[in-house]
Amino acid sequence: MTIIEPAAFEGRSPAADRPPHLTEPRLVRGMLIALALLFLGVLLVLPLIVVFTEALQKGVKVYAAAITEREALSAVRLTLAVAAIAVPLNALFGLAAAWAVTRFTFPGKNALVTLIDLPFSVSPVIAGLMIVLLYGAHGLFGPWLAERGLQIVFAFPGLVLATVFVTFPFVARELIPTMQALGTAQEEAALTLGAGGLRIFWRVTLPNVRWALLYGLVMTNARAMGEFGAVSVVSGHIRGQTNTIPLHVEILYNEYRFTAAFAVASLLALLALVTLGIRQSVERRHLRRAGGGPAGVLAGGEEGG
Amino acid sequence: MTVFRAAVFRTRRVLPGFGLSLGYTVFYLSLIVLLPFVALFLKSATLGGERFWAAVAEPRAVAAYKLSFLSALGAALVDAVFGLLVAWVLVRYRFWGREIVNALVDLPFALPTAVAGIALTALYAENGWIGKLFKPFGVKIAYTPLGIAVALVFIGLPFVVRTVQPVLEALEQEIEEAAATLGAYRWETFRRVILPALKPALLTGFALAFARGVGEYGSVVFISGNLPFKTEIAPVLIMMKAEQYDYAGAAAVGTVMLLISFVILILINLLQGRASRRTAQG
Repeated sequence: MTIIEPAAFEGRSPAADRPPHLTEPRLVRGMLIALALLFLGVLLVLPLIVVFTEALQKGVKVYAAAITEREALSAVRLTLAVAAIAVPLNALFGLAAAWAVTRFTFPGKNALVTLIDLPFSVSPVIAGLMIVLLYGAHGLFGPWLAERGLQIVFAFPGLVLATVFVTFPFVARELIPTMQALGTAQEEAALTLGAGGLRIFWRVTLPNVRWALLYGLVMTNARAMGEFGAVSVVSGHIRGQTNTIPLHVEILYNEYRFTAAFAVASLLALLALVTLGIRQSVERRHLRRAGGGPAGVLAGGEEGG
Repeated sequence: MTVFRAAVFRTRRVLPGFGLSLGYTVFYLSLIVLLPFVALFLKSATLGGERFWAAVAEPRAVAAYKLSFLSALGAALVDAVFGLLVAWVLVRYRFWGREIVNALVDLPFALPTAVAGIALTALYAENGWIGKLFKPFGVKIAYTPLGIAVALVFIGLPFVVRTVQPVLEALEQEIEEAAATLGAYRWETFRRVILPALKPALLTGFALAFARGVGEYGSVVFISGNLPFKTEIAPVLIMMKAEQYDYAGAAAVGTVMLLISFVILILINLLQGRASRRTAQG
């Protein structure tokens, strides 16, 4: 690996180009970079490589068969359906919450922001358990639901509820700092010019926060499609009916069908790589628009994955 | 009450949509997040004091809490050290592939935990690429507490990097300049000037990694082996109880886990407040 000297780059942050007495000797720098890359290589890159080598171990034919078998396809369909409901629901909430929190002052605002983050500090298993305790046969609403012939736990609605819970804060967390930083001047100007509430939102606010929103949507989607613990509790593992992609991976793995398990897992790994790619390009646009400012804003959004 | 109302409504609300947006936010939050908490606490309460205590304090559960909190603690410490190193290298140095490395740091956020779990197990099992290297020394990683810690290090790393990185970027060059002028060596400057300034962010990252590690399930369940008393973490125990339809027992253990996590997070918050005050005073 070639290590290029600071001068070879147009340093975006002031920390990049430093006089010699404010940085480390070349040898130390090289060693620190090597150590960091070695650590990341072993911790992050190797698992990623293993997924694909294990998946393709028995050739492309076996791989293709594993991801096109009936149960795998039904898992993919189910996961897409869950995400298609959970992501818009949380996006709508994120927009409403960010509008309320950043455009107005009211008592209890800080408490509200803390509560929005709450799902991040709850184990996914406990999240799933809570859904079961609420809507399951012996849950709080169980008898009421049973009377009406509605099933939530061990069925599709339960999967959606568990997914909505664990992905709850992502969009709101991304939008709140961004809208806070933008301020209200443009929106107030639009109001003075006679625009109504919806029009202000569509023509002024939404274009301004579109990258933050996109980033929030991408993270919500990644977590929604990959959620395992919470969904595992509420699914009941009914094959072909309540098995999402991650649950299908678990079943294959526990049946010692490792190649098939890794083949299906590789679909999720690809999704993760696409997510990271979008994240990177969104961050670059953010940086270009605001001249290097909101790196912290973006970074603030990830606490809690 | 009148004073309160005056204080609340004095602020001019120029933009429209306050009632609608706040109303919907509170409604949706209550429905999706708060209501499930109520269900959890009510279910644990149905047990009554004695049976609640019996479910929570049985030796198998105690062993599970211990393992969960200790392995999360160890993993968060490793993440704090290496997360600082990674953040430092990404902010301060320029090298080939830096942007890709920077993007890659978020992999544990984006990669589904079940995928991480089976991949780490394949790597660290006795016949895996890394497990093989340790086998001659008699060190087993997968299916031991060490394997659990490895999975938690993986999951927690981005929390530390992403909280330290922006603070390091915003750090003024002048304070290092001053330290150097006063004759401090580079290492001394790092230890006595830079590190104290990073301490609050480092603590936050550590706390986030720790909190995530305590509740983590997907990446751990495959590599841990799940032997009661030995390698069974608390979330796995909750899952077992739920699968055996012992929902009250699962709720009790879950309640304890939540309470301990909240207490620890509050403690760390206090500690962090002290750390940042001290930095502010110089």
